[in-house]
Amino acid sequence: MKILVCVSQTPDTTSKIQFANGNTELDKAGIQFIMNPYDEWYALVRALELKEANAGSTVTLLHVGAAANEPTIRKGLAIGADDAIRVDAEATSSYFVAKQIAANAQGFDVVFFGKETIDYNGSEVPAMVAELLDLPFVSYGSKMSTSGNVATIERDIEGGKETVEVDFPFVLSCAKGMAEQRIPNMQGIMMSKRKPVKVVPAVAVNNTVAIKTYSLPPVKAGVKMISPDNVEELVKLLHNEAKVL
Amino acid sequence: MSVLVFTESLTGKIKKSALEAISYGYQVAQQQGTSCIALTIGQAEGADDLGKYGVDKVLQVSQVNGFDSQVYANIISQVAQQVGATLVVFSHSSSGKSIAGRVAVRLDAGLVSAATTLLNGDTVNKNLFSGKGIATYSISTAVKIVTISANTFPPKEVSGNSVAPEAASANIPTAKIRVKETTTVEGIVPLPEADLVVSAGRGMKGPENWGMVEDLAAILGATTACSRPVADIHWRPHHEHVGQTGVAIKPTLYIAIGISGAIQHLAGVNQSKTIVVINKDPEAPFFKAADYGIVGDLFDVVPKLTAAIKSFKANN
Ligand SMILES: Cc1cc2nc3c(=O)[nH]c(=O)nc-3n(C[C@H](O)[C@H](O)[C@H](O)COP(=O)(O)OP(=O)(O)OC[C@H]3O[C@@H](n4cnc5c(N)ncnc54)[C@H](O)[C@@H]3O)c2cc1C
Ligand SMILES: Nc1ncnc2c1ncn2[C@@H]1O[C@H](COP(=O)(O)O)[C@@H](O)[C@H]1O
Repeated sequence: MKILVCVSQTPDTTSKIQFANGNTELDKAGIQFIMNPYDEWYALVRALELKEANAGSTVTLLHVGAAANEPTIRKGLAIGADDAIRVDAEATSSYFVAKQIAANAQGFDVVFFGKETIDYNGSEVPAMVAELLDLPFVSYGSKMSTSGNVATIERDIEGGKETVEVDFPFVLSCAKGMAEQRIPNMQGIMMSKRKPVKVVPAVAVNNTVAIKTYSLPPVKAGVKMISPDNVEELVKLLHNEAKVL
Repeated sequence: MSVLVFTESLTGKIKKSALEAISYGYQVAQQQGTSCIALTIGQAEGADDLGKYGVDKVLQVSQVNGFDSQVYANIISQVAQQVGATLVVFSHSSSGKSIAGRVAVRLDAGLVSAATTLLNGDTVNKNLFSGKGIATYSISTAVKIVTISANTFPPKEVSGNSVAPEAASANIPTAKIRVKETTTVEGIVPLPEADLVVSAGRGMKGPENWGMVEDLAAILGATTACSRPVADIHWRPHHEHVGQTGVAIKPTLYIAIGISGAIQHLAGVNQSKTIVVINKDPEAPFFKAADYGIVGDLFDVVPKLTAAIKSFKANN
């Protein structure tokens, strides 16, 4: 089985977010970039489990991003992927990324995604790729079993779960529950250095959306403290001031 | 020209988030001087009432069973072309998110997801970095698509009109996804749609103490949530876990009990309109993100708060 896992990188959640250049770009100074958690913990690990259960399978990583992002790819290889493709371009929009992924995703039996990136929180790319490849798409998978050519997947829906069946090939996005995080070990890290990373140029895409400006959210007025012996005061404030009761 | 709103159902009933999408579509259509058309797919209880929310037309494709984004995207794209839609609106929900990207590809349309403002000309805002930033997007295509952030555009009844649903004509492709089972928790508002949320963390000491959280939620009509460790150690079911790795929510009221307010927790809840924090530690980071705070022992404060709300409700 040929398995593709699309991985992105995002600022660590604890990063302080600021904008530069007249609020037209993210200020990258001091930001630590990590592999998007859904891609690392759930998509990649479940893909590796699928490989381990099917002798002769391979797991390929696909990343759209500049050379500076190589450490993210190496981390994926250290966790256990066999090889990687990097599309050498800044990821300027979901559509741009989807087009690059589709151009490199031919011939795979399944394409794994994280459910969303934690920076732009789009949840846009996987559905676009599925459409570009004309494949079925199972989103927000939290559990998967396979039998022959059929995958049975449990997916998250609002306030519940849905169980679906789909034949390979298909596109899957992964949420919590799909797998357990794996920490790369020393041997994995050593081996990752020798694994091949193919660098390919981007295909031309006309962007359909663009960010004009960034801004910071309004700051909160500050917390109003209430005595534990006067919870009635809280109820009053929630009614009169916050108007939520 | 028109605004087309995909009006989604869950287990056969039109969802609250779908009414939010309609209110959004109606307001943009008003601004643009065009009509607002609702499209339902599959069984859609409540379609007869959509006129109240300002839609001019309700189209239905009812002969579809089970959710397959490929089938839905195909139908929605056909209808969008038939009605000359220049804007297609989706809820930012599990199904909306699964379809919108596909429709964007089919219609060569620019997509912005989780919009927090009305589309104004070609610009629209959304939150980034778990609420730590805001971006103003411009969409340069003739047909535009937005999915709208939940609990941001309250459904508004704007007319006494009733609009009779009509069958839309669309080719229905064969589904490749076979839905075996759909289970939803009965009788409670699902977390992503909940207006009021009562959430508790490791400060509760153990699952046996959750009765007081449930009592508070019950008197408020709120949905219960929890921090991640509480779900990880199985004190509470996984679907209650909110935060960066769990469900992201945006209720009007979020009450956090015995939760420290770690950044990964805040990432999923900090867009709540009003945040109340109850914690015995005055240094708990959550107080910095709160609107109202009580420093105290939750085992003492929570039952008192429940009683105070009960008597408030009895007198109002
Ligand atoms: C990559 C990553 C992702 C994560 N994702 C999430 C996520 O999605 N959601 C999430 O919630 N966490 C997430 N976490 C975990 C997060 O960092 C915190 O560890 C977690 O939120 C802490 O949960 P807690 O506040 O319930 O517990 P604790 O941090 O143990 O806090 C318990 C609080 O209860 C208070 N308390 C104790 N007893 C009482 C009492 N009697 N009365 C009043 N107050 C009391 C204490 O003062 C304390 O503040 C993530 C962590 C990582 C590294
Ligand atoms: N630059 C990228 N390179 C490769 N995969 C990506 C990239 N950006 C997003 N993805 C994949 O698409 C998923 C959803 O991203 P998004 O639509 O941006 O929320 C991520 O979890 C990744 O699996």
